[in-house]
Amino acid sequence: MKKLVKHRVFWPAAALVALLAVNAIARPAFLSITVQDGELYGSLISLLRNSAPLMLVALGMTIVIATRGIDLSVGAMMAVSGAVALTIIAESATPEAPEVIALAIGAGVIVTLIAGAWNGFLVAVLGIQPIIATLVLMLAGRGIALLITNGEITTVNSAPYKFMSQGYVLGFPFAFFVSIAAIVIVVLVQRRTALGMLTEAVGINPEASRLAGVRSRGIIWGAYAASGLLAGFAGILYSSNIMAADSNAAGNLIELDAILAVVLGGTSLMGGKFSIAGTVIGVFTIQTLKSTIVFLGVPSPVTPVFMAAVVIIVVVVQSPLLRGSALRAVRSVRGATNSNTTEVAK
Amino acid sequence: MPVDNDVAPIIEMRGITIQFPGVKALDGVDFTLWPGEVHSLMGENGAGKSTLIKALTGVYAIDSGTITVAGEPRIFHTTADAQAAGISTVYQEVNLCANLSVGENVMLGHEVRRGGAIDWRATHREAARHLEALGLTVDTRTGLFSHSIAIQQLIAISRAMVTDSTVLILDEPTSSLDRSEVEQLFGVIRELRDRGVAILFVSHFLDQVYEISDRITVLRNGKLVGAYEAALLPRNELISSMIGRELDDLAELSSSAARVIDRSGSPLLKATGLGKKGVLEPADLDIYEGEVVGIAGLLGSGRTELARLIYGADRADSGSIEVHGASARISTPRHAIDRHIVFSSEDRRAEGIVGDLSVAENIVLGIQARRGWLRRVSRTETDAIVKDYIEALGVRPADPDRAVRNLSGGNQQKVLLARWLATAPELIILDEPTRGIDVGAKADIQRKVAELSAKGLSVIFISSEIEEVIRLAQRITVMRDRRKIGELESNGLDVDDVIDYIANEGQENVA
Amino acid sequence: MTDLKTAATTPLGSVLAWLNTFRSRHASWIPVFAALLILVVMFGFAQWWFGNFLSPRLISALLLDNAFLLILAVGMTFVILTGGIDLSVGSVMAFTGILCASLVSQGVPAAIAVPLMILCGAGVGLLIGVLVHYFDVQPFIASLVGMFLARGLAFLVSLRSIDIEDQSILLLQSTRFKLGDWYITPTGIIALVVVIAGVLILQYTRFGRTIYAIGGNEQSARLMGLPVARTKILAYVISGICGGLAGLVLTAYQGSGYPLNGTGAELDTIAAVVIGGTLLTGGSGYVLGSMIGVFVYGTIAAFIAFLGAEQSWKRIIVGALLLVFVVVQRVIVTRSSRRS
Repeated sequence: MKKLVKHRVFWPAAALVALLAVNAIARPAFLSITVQDGELYGSLISLLRNSAPLMLVALGMTIVIATRGIDLSVGAMMAVSGAVALTIIAESATPEAPEVIALAIGAGVIVTLIAGAWNGFLVAVLGIQPIIATLVLMLAGRGIALLITNGEITTVNSAPYKFMSQGYVLGFPFAFFVSIAAIVIVVLVQRRTALGMLTEAVGINPEASRLAGVRSRGIIWGAYAASGLLAGFAGILYSSNIMAADSNAAGNLIELDAILAVVLGGTSLMGGKFSIAGTVIGVFTIQTLKSTIVFLGVPSPVTPVFMAAVVIIVVVVQSPLLRGSALRAVRSVRGATNSNTTEVAK
Repeated sequence: MPVDNDVAPIIEMRGITIQFPGVKALDGVDFTLWPGEVHSLMGENGAGKSTLIKALTGVYAIDSGTITVAGEPRIFHTTADAQAAGISTVYQEVNLCANLSVGENVMLGHEVRRGGAIDWRATHREAARHLEALGLTVDTRTGLFSHSIAIQQLIAISRAMVTDSTVLILDEPTSSLDRSEVEQLFGVIRELRDRGVAILFVSHFLDQVYEISDRITVLRNGKLVGAYEAALLPRNELISSMIGRELDDLAELSSSAARVIDRSGSPLLKATGLGKKGVLEPADLDIYEGEVVGIAGLLGSGRTELARLIYGADRADSGSIEVHGASARISTPRHAIDRHIVFSSEDRRAEGIVGDLSVAENIVLGIQARRGWLRRVSRTETDAIVKDYIEALGVRPADPDRAVRNLSGGNQQKVLLARWLATAPELIILDEPTRGIDVGAKADIQRKVAELSAKGLSVIFISSEIEEVIRLAQRITVMRDRRKIGELESNGLDVDDVIDYIANEGQENVA
Repeated sequence: MTDLKTAATTPLGSVLAWLNTFRSRHASWIPVFAALLILVVMFGFAQWWFGNFLSPRLISALLLDNAFLLILAVGMTFVILTGGIDLSVGSVMAFTGILCASLVSQGVPAAIAVPLMILCGAGVGLLIGVLVHYFDVQPFIASLVGMFLARGLAFLVSLRSIDIEDQSILLLQSTRFKLGDWYITPTGIIALVVVIAGVLILQYTRFGRTIYAIGGNEQSARLMGLPVARTKILAYVISGICGGLAGLVLTAYQGSGYPLNGTGAELDTIAAVVIGGTLLTGGSGYVLGSMIGVFVYGTIAAFIAFLGAEQSWKRIIVGALLLVFVVVQRVIVTRSSRRS
């Protein structure tokens, strides 16, 4: 039992369970699942479907944060991939043909993959602060997306494309399977290869890693490229959901949601050891939180206040822990700090 | 200037003890500083020098003992308290703001104001006045960044005089200065001393210490060894009081030093004229298969710097390296690792262990980094390697999944050693592998080094503990003040011989 | 960099020496001059392209259309000089604006509503400052929290825009002081007063110099005995106050409060400040430079509007300019640190 409690994801998981329990008590309908035409419906099912874009983005954000970085451009990248994909479909004579769909999705995510690699170049090679490096695409990305759609919100009619976010497979939403696939792939790549451990080493102690011969440049570059790729897929899902490329709304403010999910899942913003399981729990926690807030009758544009409050609480609670890892990260000496107590001489 | 015993001391520290978890950094240390003297504080790493300074500057609180400033007992809670008591410090990194002007740095926080707003003309005039009092003519409106470290230091010193400091602490001030800049600094120091300022000079450059100091205090392992008049202290005595002579029962290892090395072929590694401006004068070093070459010298003599250049941890400005007789380019750690050369840093915490990763992951890191990210060292392979090394080196607790930061220093060092040995190197550079670890672990590590070198591994062994170096190495490279001053055959040598060599080799006059 | 020794007796030598001294004394002005140069080139180009770009009417409009951004940029300069960043300014502007509109439409006199809105802005700034300094939160995260909080609060006040009927506020925008073809409104005057205040505080007060010191080397500033905690937090409070003032100016300009105002304005502000020669790493930069940056931004916007091109080009160009400046700043910093 003790080992269970000490496990990294115990507290995040417990928090999620508690949140779900509160919801179940407040509105019993929360837990109900109905079956219609072989498809499952209900609040929990909606949760699984709606969390997919955030899940993808948060997975990428986890890897980037593990390298002591951050990726602010993810929201803008969602807008870009949606814009690219929908433009291809809209201008095609056969918007429902599988080749067109494949081309659209492929082009969309390749563009954001390149954008992610660009971010990686700025950070890993030029040594620019991650916040600033990714801020540039955060700024310009939506503008680029708008240009691609000629300043309009492109809409398309394409059943196969719509299927991605609204369709069902084996009774569950297709989007949920996309989430699962992403999680599985990321876990396999990080844990089946040595990439996970090397990424953690780079984040925990970049200098020791360098002296040990780790190729940190490539690892950091790859992290940002992966983040771009995943954001691209998230953008495809989002545009599939509304069947439109809305460059201003796509991925709006998703950056903080993703960062919060990562932090809630137990990964430190200082980099180092990361937990995919924790991020997954974090994503579900945020989605449940949002659902709860909406249920409480709070208009959705006001939800950011609650998210801000949650971040403040998490940050304040983690602060002594943050301080511990901050010392580990070799910060500057603060005035009169002591490893012993600051007791006065007798 | 000989100390005038009729004048009261400006600083009196009595029975200072500071305890950190697991180690007593200072143990009942007494220290006295008189006005109008230059007093050097000396000791190796871990001696307690910087802890004593931090107690005096309000960074650390003391656990017991008293500090008296100008006759009044004082308790420093913050750095501001110490400054208010008239104690100023100039650090090695020159803690000023390089983005601001010279004059502003001198007067920062004390700018001349007129009606609430800063009067810049008057402020710069004041700054120039303070600089001139130290013999400095600098354009106060120029940016601090555009001046050399030497000038920046002097500016930092004149800032100390703005606040009428009675005590000036100079922490390793000459590390980045050339000869003429040191002269200029010493001129300023003498000027201040003659004005009655007490100057605490912390440095490991023996020659300079003897040149500028009136008195010298030596610390070792947190205890006071003694306070001496500089003119009356022979070099040999100073060095022996700083360096330890620990007794232990590793006599059987003396056979390591006596081992005969086959030097007929080409050396495994040959470094010629390897140097870096401001860090190390060009030095030569060669090492043969199965040989242990020791590097001896005091802290700051350039031992680590030489090792880092050989490994590619730092980039050399001059010189070349040959490996197995063929020219080799080693400018990054990867180059060295690809050639089976590995390096264990003296700063375990910052440059060695990856604290949050487990013992197993730390051990396997070297191999994994070499293989790249795609080819993961399998679970079975990891388990086998880790188990072998935990047993061979005696890592305690023998738990491969424990986070390395939770291990004691000695065991952390063993894990690092395991990491490097697991990569089957031809040459391993060990920088202070036995510093700050318990006696048992020290013995284990030395035994292992002797054993492996007898089997053909080449080792460059750096240590402040001279008897360790004598015991293990066949040849000893001796360094002082960032230069290699010579090489000794270690067979039959004893500690005093080496100390003598460090103190006197190349000296004009013997102290 | 080698020591500044007065150079040789040759005329070339003394010119080089003078150049060296000039560069050393005014190093941080150089990026500002670069920005000014860019602005002049832009003006010149626009004038040549359109023929009637450089008219008093247009330049006056340039100031007034971007008055809110100018005020935000002054506050942002303070924060960036300390080495931090404030992503909340756009949302604070929206929140305080809609708050003011709401209060005023419910009969609260402007004389109370306006100070209250500024106080709210200061409050958000205080929260961010405390998170940054006492809880060790990265400024980016802390100000993102502030952004979320302020944006949500804006919608809490009202989900839709609220028109301003109060004359005292509307007059801020409608009153025009003319000088020939040049004109300015009270909102423009407010913006210029904020700029002047910013300059005076940063250059002539100990608080201002402490801001530069913190940005240059926070640990040194602490060791030098400067009041680092107080100063850092106050920088964010000032940014929040500027957010409130900008809210007032924008609300007066639009004649209404709108909770979606200023979306993305923080990025525009950061871009303007960086283009104006302030280093993102802190410790170097001037309010006047940020003002030039705002004019560069405004000129790009005006140019695009004149061309009738897509508005999204504006963000792209600004983003590209920001990138160029950041990369150049980085290259210069690495080169100079390698030299010393």
